[in-house]
Formats: sequence, C-alpha cells, structure tokens
Amino acid sequence: MSLILEARGLSKRYGGLTANRDVSFDVGQGEIVGIIGPNGAGKSTLFDLITGFQPLDAGRVLLDGRDITGLRPDRIAALGVARTFQKLKPFPNLTVTENVIVGALARTADMKSARDAALEALALVDLLDKRNSFARELSTGQRKRLELARGLAMRPRLILMDEVTGGVDQRTIPGLVDLVLDLKHRGLTIVTIEHNMQVMMRLADRILALYAGRRIAFGKPEDVRKDPAVVDAYLGTAADAA
Amino acid sequence: MASDQARMLEAARAERLWPRASRWAMALGLAGAGLLLAFPLLFQTSFSHHMMILILMYALMAQSWNVVAGFSGQISLGHAIFFGIGAYSSTVLFAKYGITPWVGLLVGMLISTFAAIAIGVPTLRLEGHYFAIATLLIGSSVQIVFQRWDWVGAASGLYVPINRTSPWFYLQFHASKVPYYYLALAAAGAAYLVVWKLRRSRFGFRLQALRDEPDAASSLGIAIARHRVMAFMLSGAMMSVAGTLYGQYVLVLDPERLFSAEISIIVLLMTVLGGTGTLWGPALGAAILVPLSEFSRIWFGGTGRTIDLIIYGILILLVCMWRPSGILSVVEERVRRRVGASP
Repeated sequence: MSLILEARGLSKRYGGLTANRDVSFDVGQGEIVGIIGPNGAGKSTLFDLITGFQPLDAGRVLLDGRDITGLRPDRIAALGVARTFQKLKPFPNLTVTENVIVGALARTADMKSARDAALEALALVDLLDKRNSFARELSTGQRKRLELARGLAMRPRLILMDEVTGGVDQRTIPGLVDLVLDLKHRGLTIVTIEHNMQVMMRLADRILALYAGRRIAFGKPEDVRKDPAVVDAYLGTAADAA
Repeated sequence: MASDQARMLEAARAERLWPRASRWAMALGLAGAGLLLAFPLLFQTSFSHHMMILILMYALMAQSWNVVAGFSGQISLGHAIFFGIGAYSSTVLFAKYGITPWVGLLVGMLISTFAAIAIGVPTLRLEGHYFAIATLLIGSSVQIVFQRWDWVGAASGLYVPINRTSPWFYLQFHASKVPYYYLALAAAGAAYLVVWKLRRSRFGFRLQALRDEPDAASSLGIAIARHRVMAFMLSGAMMSVAGTLYGQYVLVLDPERLFSAEISIIVLLMTVLGGTGTLWGPALGAAILVPLSEFSRIWFGGTGRTIDLIIYGILILLVCMWRPSGILSVVEERVRRRVGASP
C-alpha cells in the first residue's frame, strides 16, 4: 500500500495550551482512517495543521512523499486535498449549485462543465432537489452534505471530513455511512473525524486515537478499541467498553 | 433512491446554465436601453443632460466600488484615489504634453491598476474594518500629496486647456453636453457589461465565495489575497475612467474635490442603497441620490449639500431596517432561484 499522506511529529501550541503534540500517522492510498478522541483532543487542529490553515510549531506533512509543510491552504487544495469544517462554512449567499460550482472550478474554468460536475456531486450526496435554494436555507444535515459535495466537486484524491455524522438526525446516518463507503469504492482516500463509535467501526480501516493532543493509539479498529489507553481516555471505564 | 437521483441529475443537466430573463424583464431592459439612447432627443434642456451625465458617472463609480465590496467583500473608503488619478492622468498629459485625453484615459487606468496593487497588496491581507480604515487614511494622504505637489498645481489644481478645434480628439465639447452624455453612457455601459460577465465567470464566482467564507474558499483552492488584489485592480481601473470623464466634463481639477472622502463615501452609500453585490443596485442608488442632491441644491441653495445627505441618511436607515442587503437584492435572489425553472 503506497502512502498518500504522512504526518510526522505534528505539534501545535496556543499559548499555554497544547493542541497537538508530536502526532504521527499515515494514510494509505484508498484507505479510510478515522480519528477519535474526546472534545479538545486536538482532532480538528490536526486537520488545520495538515491543510495549512494553522502554522505548525514542529513536524512535517508529506503528500505523496512530497513535503507540503507550510504551504498555503489553497496550494494544498490544488494538490488534491479537500476538507470539510466542523463549524460548517457554506457560502450563504450562493445557491446550493453555485456553492458546489466553486469547488468544481478548481478543476475547470468552463462554467458549463463546472456546473455539470457540481450537479453530479450533488446527486452523489442526494441534495439535487435543493439545488436552487440558497445555502443559508438548508438544515444542518443538508449543509454537511453540501460541504461534502463542494469538496468532492474538486475531484480530490484525499478528503478530510470533520464529523460528517455529528449533529445530523439519526435517520440520515446510515445513508451518510453508505455514501462514505461508496466514495471509498470510487478510489477516494478518506480521513474522517467521528464521535459515533458504531459508525467509526463500520467505516475505518485504521483508527487514530488522540487524547490531550497526543496520539494514544493508531491501528486496526478492533485493536484500538481494546487498547487500554483508549478505553481509559476515551470510552471511560473498561467495563463500558466491553 | 439511486435511480431517483439519476433521473433528477439527467433533468438538472438539461437545464439552462443561467436563468432566462423573463418576458417583462426583457421588455423593461429594452425599454430602458431605448430610453437611455434616445434621452438627449426626448429631453433637450442642458440641465436634464447634466443630471443624466452625473447619474451615469456615479453609476459607473458605484459599480466600481461594488466590484470590491459586493464581490470580494472588502469595504474601501479610499476609492476617490482612483477617481483623482483618472482625472489627473489625462489632464497632466494633455496640459503639459498635448497628449489626447483618450491616451490619458488609458494611462489613468494603468496607473490606477498599479496604485491598486501598491495599496492592495499590503492592506488586503487585513480583515474587514482594518482595510476600510487603511484605505480611508491612504485616501487622505494621497489627497494631501496632490494638494502640495507643485508640478500638478498643488492646492489650486489644474485647468484642462481649452481647445475648440477637434472636440472628439481633445475630448471636450463646448457647444452641447450631448457628447458627454453618450461618452458617460458608453463608459457606464461598458462597466456594467464587464460586471455582468464577471458574475458569470470563474473569477466572479471565486470572489463571491471568498467574500462569504474566506476559509472555505481557500480550502477549495482559491488564493484569497491574489483574488482580492485583482478585484481591487479591476475596480480601480473602472473608477479611473469616471475620473478622466469628470475632468474633461468640468475642465477644472480641484484636489479638494477629486480626492475627497465624500466621493469615496457617496459611492458606498449608493451601492448599499441599491444593493451591494447586485448588478443594477449601484445604478439604482446613483439614480436616486444624484437627483436628490441636485434638486436639494436648487431648492435650498448652497445649503442643499447637507439637506440631501440628511435625506439620504434617512433612506439608508430605512433600507437597513427593511432590506439590509439593498433594494434590488430581493429581485436578484428571485432570479437566481429560477435557474432550473425553464427547460
């Protein structure tokens, strides 16, 4: 398995607060890597460090073996890395289609082909019926799917998803899980932050567990779930985990 | 479910890329264009021509401001800089070297573009209010420079030398205002065409995206700073055209007036009133404020200048209360929702 992403010793401090400390992990081509950890464990910061939204204090980020540390977010995106945000950021004054067209325009300057690519991405996330609504009129779940479609329209090779199923009503979760698996089958490599352990066990090929900014486990889902450090830090007492 | 999406995708792909203008909008547009073209024939007083020339010039200036604020989301309070550069470029070249103002017009656009880079590169990294404050201060600094700069006439400004031999070459018309009217109409028309195209272009979409959510925009591969500077350059060039035309129209360049913060703020007020980020909002704002200001000057004499701003302040207040995004924003949204309406 060839590596698409390598994070080596990523560290970030905000004043006295350690957001990430010496976090290393890698992502293979076509793999789904899940990131778990309690609130404040540094999951979203890790995304910000990888995608260039926050400068690193220490560490290296490699994409296909190429050092992308310190590149601007738009440069990293242009290399085929898409992301969604935990705090959703749709373009509120653009329609749903227009939102996704912006993503598609990373690949083409032709408006017609950008529009068609946008519609395809919207079909993929099952949001076509809302295409002429303004983004600000969507529900949280719809906005999440919109953000996903916007990133997918870039035709990325790697996508970082920040809590796709968080804050979404229970009925739509199975659909989202199927969607992510479908994307994987289409050849996309995925890193996903997820609170829902059931979802994570179904999706992830490997799981990275963070606690207080540090990596406490990284490996196969079954192993990570049984890892005493994870059980302690994330799942509470050992009895709960069984 | 899947086949459902496939069917809907099929239908959506067959739709038009842009909303079709409705029949009445088309009729309204044609009537408006006809009216603008025939205006000097229908209304023959010099005053009506003067009023329309000002409306068209301000419509152009407000549109220039709209390119930065409405598309890239940055509030400039220094747009008078480009207005002054446009006026001074053509006049200095003509008064000192006898070069036709047509060349001056292009030189002004070029200098304004470079000025936009010089101002924009350091300041457009600033967010929101800081950019506004920076441009306000740079604007008044530029004004002071021109008021002290002897080569361009310092505080007493410059006169455009009168030349009656070849009006179209020297771009000055002494017998009638009608040529100025058509010049202003052509310039404003060109600017609105550019912005109409902009809204349907990759660049325009990217600007609107970074205006709404800079982080999301850069996650989609958009270089924020570069796009903001480019919008500022385009805007500066547009504003400069209005400056050259204004200089040729009044034939007197007064740095106090050309570089005044009042000009920077009036183009803002017009755009906000009409609808920031819309195509026709700036024109609507100009069409409301210019007559308001001209008539109040007539009715109240010299004090008209303040009365019009009071009325305008009230208008803005009303718009902020009921339509914070400007008068035309509602029409605009209705049109954009309709993309898929007609197959």
